Amino acid sequence: MSLPTIAALRAVHKRYGTVPALDGIDVALRAGEVYALLGPNGAGKSTAIATLLGLVAPDAGRAELFGAAPQTLAARRRIGVMLQSAALPDTLAVAELLALTRSYYPAPRSVADVVALAGIGHLLRRRYAQLSAGEQRRVQFALAVCGRPDLLFLDEPTVGMDTESRTAFWLTLRGLVGEGVAVLLTTHYLEEAEALADRVGVIARGRLLAEGPLEAIRGRVAQREIRCSSRLAPERVRAFAQVRSVECDGPRLRVVTAQPEAVLRQMLEADDSLGDLEVRRAGLAEALGEITREAA
Amino acid sequence: MERTLAPANVLPRALAWRSLGLEVRCEFLRLLRTPSFAVPTLLFPLLFYTLFGVMLGHGGKEGYEAPRYLLASYCVFGVMSPGLFGFGVVVALERERGLLRLKRALPMPPQNYLLAKLAMAMLFALAIFVALSALAAGLGGVRLAPGQWLLLGLTSALGVLPFCALGLLVGTRVGGQGAPAIINLVYLPMAFLAGVAIPLFALPPMVRTLAPLWPAYHLNQLAHAAIGQPAEGAVGVHLGVLLAFAAICFAIARRRLARAD
Repeated sequence: MSLPTIAALRAVHKRYGTVPALDGIDVALRAGEVYALLGPNGAGKSTAIATLLGLVAPDAGRAELFGAAPQTLAARRRIGVMLQSAALPDTLAVAELLALTRSYYPAPRSVADVVALAGIGHLLRRRYAQLSAGEQRRVQFALAVCGRPDLLFLDEPTVGMDTESRTAFWLTLRGLVGEGVAVLLTTHYLEEAEALADRVGVIARGRLLAEGPLEAIRGRVAQREIRCSSRLAPERVRAFAQVRSVECDGPRLRVVTAQPEAVLRQMLEADDSLGDLEVRRAGLAEALGEITREAA
Repeated sequence: MERTLAPANVLPRALAWRSLGLEVRCEFLRLLRTPSFAVPTLLFPLLFYTLFGVMLGHGGKEGYEAPRYLLASYCVFGVMSPGLFGFGVVVALERERGLLRLKRALPMPPQNYLLAKLAMAMLFALAIFVALSALAAGLGGVRLAPGQWLLLGLTSALGVLPFCALGLLVGTRVGGQGAPAIINLVYLPMAFLAGVAIPLFALPPMVRTLAPLWPAYHLNQLAHAAIGQPAEGAVGVHLGVLLAFAAICFAIARRRLARAD
């Protein structure tokens, strides 16, 4: 991995009053990669992003964007931004918003390109306030990519989108990444991080608890998940040795354990009608839970 | 992939101007399409002028010609509003709703944010001046020398600046919900206490004595002087007070804006 670093936080500390939002965090993004920053609410994700964007000045340490201070216009002309918290002017038409945002960049994408990329052709003449939440997200995405950025900041990009739009959005984003665009992604949808990210950083209480390729983060979890249909009552399974947790999902059981073989042996013995069996490594959600629990 | 920073660093000048032009256009359209701003801002001065300057504007003090005198007054009254509301309410809302944050993250030339709002306020001020002038010339029978029209137009367009600064000061301190109320509390009382909405000579002596405390008073005197109507005080003093007031408000607001999220 010798790709150049394009954005970094170096030993950044930031307090709000007495509350540390960032507590000596180091993060480095490489050209062309999708990096997902994950963590519970209040973990410091937003402050980390705001610091990288130059919106927040660190108390100690420094932020870099393309080797320069993030406030530098030259550095910002290479980024595109989709902030969850930003409401665009309600009374402007989408075409007007797009024209204005394109004008900030020296070599923007053509309107036709942006329209095709974000799927907003039918929205151009409409006022921003008249759009659905999902459509507004698409417009925000259009504004984020219109400047031909090398790095995209996507803060919860698919909140408010239906499943179909979300899948389409992921496809578009993969296309951009294929062209060499790097992405810093924050999301509450872990399947989104699983679908898109090359690397994952787990942040809690202003510190980076774990960082690595998606598979490595997932692999940190020894837990397996057993899914099956069974006559057994959840309370009974919970009493088996090695069982960590049991959830009931209609007729199906969802059992989390570090020893799937031992647990299955007990279950099969107790219920000869057990069927629909599925065993898999626990997902990113369990990994996150475990990593943040360990640190607590 | 690897572009160097140097060429991208310079947005060609023509493009930078174009971007500012678009910013002004968007700012203007936004407010024009916000009826709660555009309607009172454009209509109230015209309504008041029609009522007090044209319909009821006969007789009164010696040397006082209502249609002419009140043309200047209502220009000032009208000009106060785009500055106060356009900056005060809009900046407060944009801070609260995160647009200011987004604009800062985007490569918008930083000066464009305030310059565009300034241009928008001046455009509105000029529109109010033109509409009032048409009304005054058409219905009020007001005749001015070309130089006087020009000077009143200039006073209107530039007179918006101290109110922009005051609006900005409020907008950087108050939330989006509270801003309209605060701005109204500043706007209407000042318009009365400074002798803008109602001529000073019709107000109690106490109000008359305190009137020079308000920036609107000084702009009002300048507007009257511009069209040869009776005005108090020296032009230089009024200009100085307005400039100083604008500079102080702007300086305080700017410090606050730099760390406003």
